Amino acid sequence: MKFAVVKFPGSNCDRDMLNAAIKAGGEAEYVDYRETSLEAYDGVLIPGGFSFGDYLRSGAMASVSPITRAIKEAAAAGKPVLGVCNGFQILTEIGLLPGALIFNDTHTFISRNEVLTITNNETAFTSGYEKGEAVTFPVAHGEGHYYCDDETYDTLVENDRIVLTYNDNPNGSRADIAGIVNEAGNVFGLMPHPERALETLLGSDDGLRLFEKMNAWEANHDHIH
Amino acid sequence: MITFTEPTEQDILNEKLYADMGLTDSEYDKVVEILGRQPNYTETGIFSVMWSEHCSYKHSKPFLKQFPTTGDRVLMGPGEGAGVVDIGDNQAVVFKVESHNHPSAVEPYQGAATGVGGIIRDIVSIGARPIGLLNSLRFGELSESNNRRLLRGVVAGIGGYGNCIGIPTVSGEVEFDPSYDGNPLVNAMCVGTIDHDKIQKGTAKGIGNKVIYVGLKTGRDGIHGATFASEELTDESESKRPSVQIGDPFTGKKLMEATLDAIRQPELVGIQDMGAAGLTSSSAEMAAKGESGIALHLDQVPVREEGITPYEMMLSETQERMLLVVEAGSEDKFLDMFEGYELDAAVIGEVTDTDHLELFFHDEKYADIPVQPLSDEAPVYILEGEAPAQDETTYSYSDQDLNKVFDALIGHPTHGSKRYIYEQYDNQVGANTVQKSGFGAGVVRVEGTDKAIAMAIDGKSRYVYADPLNGGKEAVAQTFRSIISTGALPLAMTDCLNYGSPEKPEIYHQLEASTRGMAEACEMLSTPVVSGNVSLYNESKGTILPTPVIGMVGLIEDVNFMAGIEISAGDAVYLVGETTKSFAGSQIEKLIDNDIRKQTRDIDLELEYARGMDLRGRLINGEVKKIAPVGRGGIAIKLAQLSAFHHLGMKVEIDLDGEDLFAENASRYIVIAPAGLDIRDGKEIGRLTDEGFHIGTHDLTIDRSIDAISNTWEGAIPQCMTSTD
Repeated sequence: MKFAVVKFPGSNCDRDMLNAAIKAGGEAEYVDYRETSLEAYDGVLIPGGFSFGDYLRSGAMASVSPITRAIKEAAAAGKPVLGVCNGFQILTEIGLLPGALIFNDTHTFISRNEVLTITNNETAFTSGYEKGEAVTFPVAHGEGHYYCDDETYDTLVENDRIVLTYNDNPNGSRADIAGIVNEAGNVFGLMPHPERALETLLGSDDGLRLFEKMNAWEANHDHIH
Repeated sequence: MITFTEPTEQDILNEKLYADMGLTDSEYDKVVEILGRQPNYTETGIFSVMWSEHCSYKHSKPFLKQFPTTGDRVLMGPGEGAGVVDIGDNQAVVFKVESHNHPSAVEPYQGAATGVGGIIRDIVSIGARPIGLLNSLRFGELSESNNRRLLRGVVAGIGGYGNCIGIPTVSGEVEFDPSYDGNPLVNAMCVGTIDHDKIQKGTAKGIGNKVIYVGLKTGRDGIHGATFASEELTDESESKRPSVQIGDPFTGKKLMEATLDAIRQPELVGIQDMGAAGLTSSSAEMAAKGESGIALHLDQVPVREEGITPYEMMLSETQERMLLVVEAGSEDKFLDMFEGYELDAAVIGEVTDTDHLELFFHDEKYADIPVQPLSDEAPVYILEGEAPAQDETTYSYSDQDLNKVFDALIGHPTHGSKRYIYEQYDNQVGANTVQKSGFGAGVVRVEGTDKAIAMAIDGKSRYVYADPLNGGKEAVAQTFRSIISTGALPLAMTDCLNYGSPEKPEIYHQLEASTRGMAEACEMLSTPVVSGNVSLYNESKGTILPTPVIGMVGLIEDVNFMAGIEISAGDAVYLVGETTKSFAGSQIEKLIDNDIRKQTRDIDLELEYARGMDLRGRLINGEVKKIAPVGRGGIAIKLAQLSAFHHLGMKVEIDLDGEDLFAENASRYIVIAPAGLDIRDGKEIGRLTDEGFHIGTHDLTIDRSIDAISNTWEGAIPQCMTSTD
């Protein structure tokens, strides 16, 4: 699999994301936010950071950048699209995922390791985990409170689209939601950083399986659907 | 024709306008002598910032000269933006610490944020990619609402900048003491890595080469910031808020990436950050190092608004700017590259053969100053210090309720958990952080290798006040202990000298004696000083405690030994080093006596080095699992912190008097290892357990539950911060 790591001027987890894709056996390249096509790639990774400084709402400026349209096309074509942290915020801003990420309830930035539960292991992203498995990923965000209205929430629950929850909710997210997928199951947004959890030396290697499954996307995705 | 209305040369002399800018009468006379005429308004401003303490070190040069600055591994010592030290394989580590005390006192968020931004640019201008940030913070006690406001703002500012630009903040230290009321200390350190052949110097060479400006447009912010940093804080300091710059980490990020790109281009001649004194210091210092002249056409400088005068442009400290000198003919290549990063850039001048700094605005000359004297001939003041009398009384705390003392100390913000602070900093961005804030030094892997850099920062102000000479040694030794506790080989250090006014004899003595002690320790511990910063005139309601802050880096050759080390119930607890009744500058003295006696402290640097290196070897070879230096609050507090951090109990018996648990003599460690180990100067004092915290001594027993210890330790800062008064 050949992945595009979409790079905004304020992205700061771009190298981490590129390294993660490569460590999982894939190929990966940076793609500038001014590009207009992602056709050359099998999957799209949107890294964390502060895309345009985020002086406006997180991800708001990114949502009107040229690459947005190409990301939507890749999603529509069924390619895997992963947005982590700022990437998740961008995915909600451009409408590929429902809801919004608002300020943490503490009103401070929060950086620490969190224990999470895999609530749905039947997506092509999470099929490497057991259902109910506890994993440890770092979180690092100021606006990570997942917000959605009741109707959206009911839809997410009915379709089993909440795939990851916090065991000890750090930001006030609705129903402890840490990550969700779209209806087709090929767009995944999450606030915690699996790309920072690839080695026990650094505290956890729980994130590696996510990237390995993405790298085996076709086989995996066909198997699940 | 002069376009702007400014005071004339005669006004400056008659109305002593130079004094408002911080120049003394004799300094003004020296300027007249150098120029052979009276300086105009722009020239007076330029001299005043270049000769401020912040830029010229006019009171501190004699002290800094004592420091050893060379060594086998030192590739570049003081004088450039940051020091550079070899780590093998054609790689090097680049680091420096800098203060942003005064700006943080009047505008905590921006003061701290721009402190972080400035130190990052110092590292980047050498050509290095930053891999870690550290900070050393001091505030008045959190019982005062103003100190809580300052802490909240400073921490948010550090996080606001560091998180956005994407460099992990991996370690730090925080102390609370009334002497910092209204005058917090905010020292920021940045560490980067670089290949040997990419090291840049801030130099302007080659007649006709072009000077390029890149970064934020110049505005009227931060005018006279360097001067402001070099005077005492007073009730009027609030009016200096315009002297504080505003940080823009997003532009800082783009500028960092663009600079690292520019450094790879062979046509780059020199580069320097526009930090303190902005365009003035960067252009003058680069010209001085290149032994060249420099001509700037200020009408070409990207400005935020029309009407900014040459004087304002030269003195502005607008953030996120760099000055480059590039080979003539290559300027378009650089301008195109910066356009790709969506940064403002312009050719604003050229290198000349005049040996003068010449400033033009629409062809009119606004300044003409010989570069060398401006940069190098700032006056140096050697004053007389006065050592205060020694205090002869002895200490006795055996009649105190030492159980109460224990609870008070573990629950004080200085000793309690700093989680409230460090969880606001992204400490893992970059995915190379092996050890982050929480307990001891930070450790960051060098990407793509098995090597890692250990980095620590520390200060020992109360010891320095009690005994400047030995306190200075202890400040260095304490940081050395933090580094060896990770298994790293200490390489070199950087320092930030935070003191009161050097014009006071007692303060001058503190500076003189403590730097002598630091120099001795650097020598003995093989940690030369490769960069540094001085912050004097830290006086608000009173004078701050003398606070030399030491930043140190060490090298771990193969970091993989750190994977999987876990301490657990059953492991033995060892105390390494003798305990003496050393209470001068201690935390129990602060708590009970509310004072610091001026008494001799002892430290044997030879022993310090041998013990440290021995323990380091044992950690690397797996003989011991954890090394924790005994610091503030003595043995009792270190054991409690270990228990709380790991949420483990312990049962120890120590052959000492109860009060000795709070003694703070040098060169001691708590070591966790399997039982039965023979450690030089070490004694097995007990075990880690699953339940209860117990310390027994001759006349004192401390018994607590693990939860009680943890809750007190964790709550130390949050409990103060949620106070509503």
